[in-house]
Amino acid sequence: MSEPILEATDLVKTYKMEDVEVRALRGVSLAVRPGEFVSIMGTSGSGKSTMMNILGCLDRPTSGSYKLAGSEVSKLGRGDLATVRNKVLGFVFQSFNLLARTSAQENVELPMVYAGVGAAERHERAIASLEKVGLGKRLDHTPAQLSGGQQQRVAIARAIVNRPKVILADEPTGNLDSRTSIEIMALFQELGRSGITIVLVTHEPDIAEFTNRVVMMRDGKVLSDVTQTPVDAREALANLKEGE
Amino acid sequence: MNLFSTFRVAVLALLLNKMRSFLTVLGIIIGVGSVIAMVAIGEGAKAEVQRAFDKMGTNLLVIRSGSAQTSGVRGGAGSQPTLLWTDVDAIRKETLYVTKVAPSLRQSVQILGEGKNWTTSAEGTTPEYFEIRNWTFQYGGPFNEQDVSTKAKVAVLGGTVVDNLFGNGADAVGSTVRINNVPFEVIGVLARKGQAATGQDADDVVMVPAGTFAAKVQGGLRQYLGGSIYVGAATPDDTRRAQAEITQLLRARHKLRDDEADDFTVSSLAEAASARQEGTETMTRLLAGIALVSLLVGGIGIMNIMLVSVTERTREIGLRMAIGARPGDILIQFVIEAVVLASVGGLLGVGLGFGVATYLSSEFGWATKIDPQIVALALGSSALVGIGFGLYPAHKASRLDPIQALRYE
Ligand SMILES: Nc1ncnc2c1ncn2[C@@H]1O[C@H](COP(=O)(O)OP(=O)(O)OP(=O)(O)O)[C@@H](O)[C@H]1O
Ligand SMILES: [Mg+2]
Repeated sequence: MSEPILEATDLVKTYKMEDVEVRALRGVSLAVRPGEFVSIMGTSGSGKSTMMNILGCLDRPTSGSYKLAGSEVSKLGRGDLATVRNKVLGFVFQSFNLLARTSAQENVELPMVYAGVGAAERHERAIASLEKVGLGKRLDHTPAQLSGGQQQRVAIARAIVNRPKVILADEPTGNLDSRTSIEIMALFQELGRSGITIVLVTHEPDIAEFTNRVVMMRDGKVLSDVTQTPVDAREALANLKEGE
Repeated sequence: MNLFSTFRVAVLALLLNKMRSFLTVLGIIIGVGSVIAMVAIGEGAKAEVQRAFDKMGTNLLVIRSGSAQTSGVRGGAGSQPTLLWTDVDAIRKETLYVTKVAPSLRQSVQILGEGKNWTTSAEGTTPEYFEIRNWTFQYGGPFNEQDVSTKAKVAVLGGTVVDNLFGNGADAVGSTVRINNVPFEVIGVLARKGQAATGQDADDVVMVPAGTFAAKVQGGLRQYLGGSIYVGAATPDDTRRAQAEITQLLRARHKLRDDEADDFTVSSLAEAASARQEGTETMTRLLAGIALVSLLVGGIGIMNIMLVSVTERTREIGLRMAIGARPGDILIQFVIEAVVLASVGGLLGVGLGFGVATYLSSEFGWATKIDPQIVALALGSSALVGIGFGLYPAHKASRLDPIQALRYE
C-alpha cells in the first residue's frame, strides 16, 4: 500500500477562552491514502470543522503531528502555511466564498495569481478548469448571475486549478438542494477517479454514501472509521430522472 | 502576486465604491488643487515681475539729487538739483565697474504731429541710455553723440506716442513733430515694452538729445543736472561695487564732510527686485504649510476608509489567505489600494489646480505658470500619504486569522 498523503497523529486542539478551555479535538489520528474519498460525519460541535482547519493548514494543532505529502507542517509559520495551501491543497466551502462582482474566470484565476503564474497561462488554465466542471460557457458570469450549484462548481474549478493533491470541503452541499448536491458529488467522484484525494465534511448520510470511507467523530474523537463501496452519483442522478 | 495584478485589484476595488472613493480623496483633491493653483499664480506673478525688471534693464543704478534720509527737511529727492553735469563724465572716467552712463532729464510736454496733440513725457538723454535701459528700435535708430553736442533737433518716439499722433504702429521716421512748439525730426521709433514694473506705460515717451532738451525744452539750469543719472554695469556683483564707488566719488566731488549726509541717492533695481522675490518666498512657505495640513487631513480620511474597507472585506481577505495569499501579499494589496486612492486624489487635484489657473489667466488675465517640479512634488507627497496612512489598515488586514475571517458575517 502507498504512503498516506495526509497523516494526522494524536491531534489535540484546545481553545482557551477567558475562563473556560474548550477541547475541540482530544487526540485524533487519521491517515488518508492518495486517491481516497473520505467523508467526516458527526454531531454538531464534535470537532469536524476544527479537524478540517488543521488538515487544511489554516490552523495549527495544540499538540500532535500532522504530515502532509510526507512533510511535517504542524509547526510551519503563517507564510509557509499559505504556500502549502496554495500548492498542495484546494478548498471548497459551504458558502462558496467567491469574490462578488468578479467573473467566474477571474475567481478561478485567483489561486494562480498567488502562485505567480503568468497571465496567459492563467487564462488558459482557468478556462480549462471551468470547462472541466461544465461551466465553459459561463466564464464571464459573476456569482450573482449563477445558481448555487453553479457557484459551487466555480469554487471547485478554483480548488483544482493549481493541481492540488488534496481537496478539502467543509459541508460543500450544505447550501444546495438534494439534486444539485448529487451533481456536485458526481463531480467530486470524477475528480477522485483522476487521482485527487478528497476529504469532505457532511451532516447527511445520503451524501456520505458517495464516498469510499466514512469517519464518524464525537466529542473531539474518532468514533468509527468505515471503508465502503461508494454509490455511483451518476447512476443516482439517472435514477432520479427516471423517477420524474 | 505580481504588482500589475495588485494594481488592477486595487483599482477595481476602488471603482466598486466610486462615490465613497471620491469623497475620501476630496480633501486631497482640494488641498493639492488649491496649492497648485496658488503656486501657479505666484510663479506667474514672479515671472512677470522678473520680466518687467529685465525690460527696464537689470544691472542698473539710478542716481538722483537729494538725500533719501533727509528728504523731509530738504523737500524730497530731486527737488533741489545737486547733481552736476560734470558728475556724468566723472562717473564715466573715474570708476572701475561702471560700463555706461547717461543722464536722464524728464519733463511733461505737449507734442504735436500731423495736426494731433498729445501730452507725454519728454526725456533728454545721451545715446548710451538706450543700451542701459535695453531700448531697441522698431523703425530708424537712436541719435548719436554729435546730435547731443550740436543740440540737434531730432527725436525718438515711443510706441504710444506714435499711436496717438500717426495711427497705430505707423512708421513715423522722417516726419516732423513739435515739442513745446519747437520742430523736431523723428529719426526713430522705439520697440514696445508695454507696462513698466511701476505700472506706467513705458512707451508713452519721446526722447531727445540731452543738450537739445536742456536748451529747448527745460531751459534755465546750466551747471546742475535737473534729472537723474542712469548707470549700467556688467554683472549684479559689479552693480553692487559700482554703487559703492559712485557714492564715494560723488561725496568727494560734492565736498561733503564726514558728518554730512549724502546729497544724492544711488538706488538699484536689483534691490527692489529681490525684495519682491522675498515676499513670494514667504507666500510659498505659507502654501507649503497649507498643502501639508490638507495632505494630513486627507491621509486621515484615507486611513479611516481603508479601515472600513478592511472590515467590509474580511471574508475576501480570509478567502485570499485560504487559497494561498501570504500576509505580505495582503499587506501590499491594501497599501497599494491606499496609494492608488491618494495618487488619484493628487492627480485630480493637479487637474483642478491646472483648471483653476487656466481659468484665472484667461478670465482675468492673471499670469500663471505651472511648475512641473511642484506637480511632481504634489503627486509624490500624495503617494507618500497613501503609504503612510495605508500601512496601519493594511497591517491589520494582513494579521487577520483566515478561519475567523472566513467565518466573518
Ligand atoms: N475559535 C473558537 N474558539 C473557541 N471555541 C471554538 C472555536 N472554534 C470552535 N470552537 C469550539 O470547538 C468545538 C468544535 O467545533 P467545530 O466547529 O469543530 O464543530 P463542528 O463539528 O464543525 O460543528 P458543526 O457541525 O456545527 O459545524 C465546539 O464546541 C466549538 O464551540
Ligand atoms: Mg463545522
